[in-house]
Amino acid sequence: MSSIKKNEIASYELPATQLDEKSRKARDEKIQIATIALCGCWGCTLSFLDMDEKMIDLFDKIAITRSSFSDVKRIPHRCAIGFVEGGIANEENIETLIHFRENCDILISVGACAIWGGVPAMRNLVSLEDCFKEAYLESPTMLPEQEKILPFHEDLPPITNKVYPCHEIVKMDYFLPGCPPDGDAIFKVLDDLANGREVDLPREINRFD
Amino acid sequence: MIAEVQKILESYQFNKTRMMDILWDVHNKNGYISDDVVDEIARSLNMSPLDIKETASFYHFFHDKPAGQYQIYLADTVIGKMNGYYDAREALIEEVGCVFNNVSEDEKFGLFDTNCIGLSDQEPAMMIDKVVFTQLTPEDIKEIISEIREGKTPEEIANPNGHSRKDVAYIDGMVSTNIQRTGPVFFRKDRNYRALIMKMLGTYPGEVIEIVQNSNIRGRGGAGFPTGLKWKLCSEVETDEKYVICNADEGEPGTFKDRVILTRSPKDVFMGMIACAYSIGSKVGIIYLRAEYWYIKEYLEAQLEEMRHDGLLGEKILGQEFDFDIRIQMGAGAYVCGDETALIESCEGKRGAPRLKPPYPVQEGYLGKPTIINNVETFAAVSRIVTKGADWYKSFGTEKSTGTRLLSVSGDCDYPGIYRIEWGITLNEVLRMIGAKDTQAVQVSGPSGECVNPWQDGERIFCYSDLSCNGSLMIFNNSRDMLDVVKDYMEFFVDESCGTCSPCRSGNVDLLHKINLVVDGKATQKDLDEIVSWGNIIKSTSRCGLGMSSPNSLLNTLIKFPKIYKRKLAKVTDMVNPSFDMHAATSVHENLYKKLQEEAK
Amino acid sequence: MSIKITIDGKEIETQAGEALINVAADNGIFIPRLCYMRGKPCLGTCRVCSVKVNGWMAASCATPVYDGMNVEVDDPEVKDMQKALVENLFSEGTHNCPSCEKSGRCDLQAIAYETDMMVSRFPYRFTERKRDNAAELIWLERDRCIFCQLCVHYIRDEKTGQKIFSISGRGPSSQIEIDKTLADKMTKEQAREASDICPVGCIIDKERGFDHAIGVRKYEISSIRERILKGEQ
Repeated sequence: MSSIKKNEIASYELPATQLDEKSRKARDEKIQIATIALCGCWGCTLSFLDMDEKMIDLFDKIAITRSSFSDVKRIPHRCAIGFVEGGIANEENIETLIHFRENCDILISVGACAIWGGVPAMRNLVSLEDCFKEAYLESPTMLPEQEKILPFHEDLPPITNKVYPCHEIVKMDYFLPGCPPDGDAIFKVLDDLANGREVDLPREINRFD
Repeated sequence: MIAEVQKILESYQFNKTRMMDILWDVHNKNGYISDDVVDEIARSLNMSPLDIKETASFYHFFHDKPAGQYQIYLADTVIGKMNGYYDAREALIEEVGCVFNNVSEDEKFGLFDTNCIGLSDQEPAMMIDKVVFTQLTPEDIKEIISEIREGKTPEEIANPNGHSRKDVAYIDGMVSTNIQRTGPVFFRKDRNYRALIMKMLGTYPGEVIEIVQNSNIRGRGGAGFPTGLKWKLCSEVETDEKYVICNADEGEPGTFKDRVILTRSPKDVFMGMIACAYSIGSKVGIIYLRAEYWYIKEYLEAQLEEMRHDGLLGEKILGQEFDFDIRIQMGAGAYVCGDETALIESCEGKRGAPRLKPPYPVQEGYLGKPTIINNVETFAAVSRIVTKGADWYKSFGTEKSTGTRLLSVSGDCDYPGIYRIEWGITLNEVLRMIGAKDTQAVQVSGPSGECVNPWQDGERIFCYSDLSCNGSLMIFNNSRDMLDVVKDYMEFFVDESCGTCSPCRSGNVDLLHKINLVVDGKATQKDLDEIVSWGNIIKSTSRCGLGMSSPNSLLNTLIKFPKIYKRKLAKVTDMVNPSFDMHAATSVHENLYKKLQEEAK
Repeated sequence: MSIKITIDGKEIETQAGEALINVAADNGIFIPRLCYMRGKPCLGTCRVCSVKVNGWMAASCATPVYDGMNVEVDDPEVKDMQKALVENLFSEGTHNCPSCEKSGRCDLQAIAYETDMMVSRFPYRFTERKRDNAAELIWLERDRCIFCQLCVHYIRDEKTGQKIFSISGRGPSSQIEIDKTLADKMTKEQAREASDICPVGCIIDKERGFDHAIGVRKYEISSIRERILKGEQ
C-alpha cells in the first residue's frame, strides 16, 4: 500500500467545514450512506441522480456521508450502507474498497463493473504487457519523436494484472446489475434498505445493459 | 497420403459410421490426421470437413498436427504418483529432450500425459504407440529411449523374444496379469465352448434369457442393471437387426480386470456375447476396445478367428440357422465412452457424447437398432451361468447380489492385482486379504465411486445395496495426503468431461478451482459450503453418469475426512478474501515497468 | 393415451409421451430453457429446464410425461439450481451485455432475468476464445458460445445438409467452429436465422449491429416468459 510521507498531508486529512449543531444532529440520526466510484465510468453514480424527485423523500431517511459528489476521500464515521460503483483495476481501488468494507455495515456492488468487471474488464482478454504497449509505448496517437514512457511512480497506484469484480476482494452483500442500473432500480434497493425491508429488485427493472 | 486415403475408405466401403477405423488407419500410417486428409475424407464421404474434425478432435489419441514418430503417453494416475511417476516423468523429459505435450526437436518423440491405462497394479506405466512398459524406473526409460534412438522399434524393445502379436506370450511379456485369487466362475481352463453352444442351440432363446434372469446377475460395469431383464426387453423388440456390444472401454481409473479377463479368458467373453446374440436374435457383435489396449487386439482377433475356424462364429454356427460374428472396434482415448450411449455414438464414428435417454439402447441403440451393451465381466460370467445354471450361480454371493465379481486392487497394499470376491464380503475382510496395512482411505469404484474410511466403514459389505463396487479398489495408507488424491480426481473429470452439458463441462472446472484453493490454504468455510452446494448441482443436473458422479470424491471426503479440509482452511485476519492474491494482482505492473523500460532503451 | 400428472400440486390431464417442458408451458407453467425450441427435437445440453420429477432432478425437455408423474417447478431448490446453471454460463464465457449486439434479444440474458440472477456465484473466468470473422455474412464471437448446439443441428447447408457449424475439442476446451466455404453459400435470410437461433451473441449476422433501440428490443416488447407460455418458442 502506498504510504504518506512525513511532510505530506493527504487531502482526506484536511479539516472540513463543520456543520451547525442542528443540521449535524438531524443528519447523524439518519441512515448513513457512503458512495464510491472505483474503476468505472461514473455512469452508476450519475444514475443515482436519476432517482430525481424520489430522492426528496428518501433523503428524509438517509444521509450521504461520503460520496463521489462531495469529494470527501475517507469515510469519517461508520456508515450503514456503502454504494460501490466500478471494478478493481489498481491498488488504490483495492485500498478504497477495503476501507469501505471496514467502515460500512452493508456493501452493494452497483453496476456491471463492480459486479464482474464490466467494460474495463475487456482488458482481461489481453495481457497487461500488451495493454501497456498499446496505451503507452506503441500507442498510435504518440508523436513521432515522443519519448516512450511507461508511467510508474510510488505516488501512482500500480495497475492490477487484471480487472476484478469487487466480491473477489471483499465480501459484498448485495448486487445491483445494469450498465448503469436505472434510477428506479437504485431507488428500490436503497428504499428497501432504508425501510428495513428485504432487498427485492423486481424482475422488470433488473437489467444487465 | 491422399491416394492411401481412398484405399482406406474403400476398405470400409465408404461407410461414414466406420469413421473411428478410418481415422485410426490414417493416424497409424501418418502419425497424425492432417487437414488435407480431413478434406479428402470429407469430399469422398460427402461430409463437411468440420464433421470429421469434430470426431477427430474429441479423442485424445488423435493428433491434428505432427506429434512425433513415436508417441509416448505416461499414465499420470494417482497410483502412479505414489509409485515413482515423478521420477519417470523427469527421466522422460530429460531423455526425450522436450517437455510434456510437445514434440522433440528431431520430431522423433511426442511426449504426452494420459489418464489411467489399466495398469494400476504395475505403475508407473507408459504407452509408446501401441505397446506398453510397466514398473518404470528412470534407468528403464534411459535405456528404452536410447535403444529407440539407436534404431530399435518400441515393439522390439517391449517384445524382445519376438512373440507373435497373436500369441498371449506377446501380452504376457509386456504386462503381468497378477491374478491373486480366483474361483469357480472366472479363468477356468479347458472349457468346451462347442458343447455349450450345441446345448444352447437345442433350447429356445427364451430359455437362455430365463437362466440369465434366474441367476439374478446384474451388470458388472457399474450401473448394476439386471442383465436378464435387459436381454428380455431387447428380445421383445421385433426387428430384423439387433446388436450385441461388449464394453471393453475399461476407463475407470484403477480398474484392469477386463484387460485380465480378455487376456486370460477371451473366449468366455465371446461365449457370453454368443449367448446374448442367440437369445435376442442378433447377427453382429462388437467389442469396443479402448485404445490403451491396442497390444491385445491382434491376440483377440486370433482368438476370434479360432472360433470362426471351429464353426463357433460366423454363418450357420455349428450348422444351425444361427449367424453371428464379432468385430473389434477401437476407441481412441475418451473415458466418457464407457457410458453405453457415448460408446454407441463412438461406434457410429461420432464424438463420444452420451445420448439422451429415453430411448434406451435396448430400444434404439447402435445404428438406431435395439442393442445390448454389457461389460466384459458380465459376458464372461454369463458364459459360466449358461453352462452351470442359475442355481449354481446363486449359490455364490448374497440373496440380492448373486455371484462373484473381480476386484482390481491397487495402491498401498502388499499384493495388488486381481481378486475374485463373493458379494457379501466386508471391507475389512478384503483389506486383510490384499495385505493392506495402516489404511487411511479406500476409493471404491474409482474416482466416480465412493471414498470410504475403514475406521467407520470396515464392516460395510460389498453388494449392490451397499458398496456396489465396479471393480476398482484403490488403497491409500496414512502417509498419503487425500487432498492430493481428490485434486487428481477432479483434474481427471475436467479432462474427461465431453462438454456436451453445461454443469459437467463448466461446473467441474469450478470444483477444481475450489480444491486448489483448499490445497493452497486459501479456502474458507464458505468455500467448503460452496463445494457441497455446487457439487450437488452438478450431480443433479448433468446429462450422464460422468457429471452425476464427478463431485463424489470431493463430497465423500468432506464427510469422511473433514479434518483434512479443516486443517487447511485459511486464517481470516482482515476483510480481504483469503482467495484474493494481493501480491499477484499488484506486482505485475512494476515487473513490466522494469522489463519494458529496458526494452525501450 | 390420456394421462394425469401433477405439477406443483395442480392436476393436469395430458397425453402420454409429450415432453414435460411443453405440457408445463401449455398449462401456464414457465420453465426456463436455452437449448430447447418448441417443435424441434430436444438437445438436452443446457440443463436449465431441470425440475424435480418424483423428487429427482431431470431435464424437462428430455422427460416424456407418464401417468402419475409428480413434478415440482415452483420449488426453492429447483429455482436455485436453474439460476446456478444460468450463472455458470455467465462466468464460463465472457458475456458483456453492455457491449453486445444481442442484448435485448438474447435468450441467455432474458432467462437470467427470469431466474432473478444478479451476479454469478461462480468465479468469472474471462476465457479467451479467438473470434472468427472470416465468413462473409457471419461473425463468430466464440467467447459467448454456450455450446447449446442449436446451430450445429438446425442450421445446415441447404443443398447438401452438411454441417456449417460444429463443435471441436471436448470438455472445457470445446470450441464452436464455422465452415467458411459452406457459410459463404448461406443466404442473408439463413444467416439471420442462424443468428436468431443462437441463444447468445455468438453468431452475429454482419451489418445488422444494434438494430433496435433500447426499449423496443425483442424481449422488451414481449418477454421470453410470455413467448414461451404462448408456445411461440
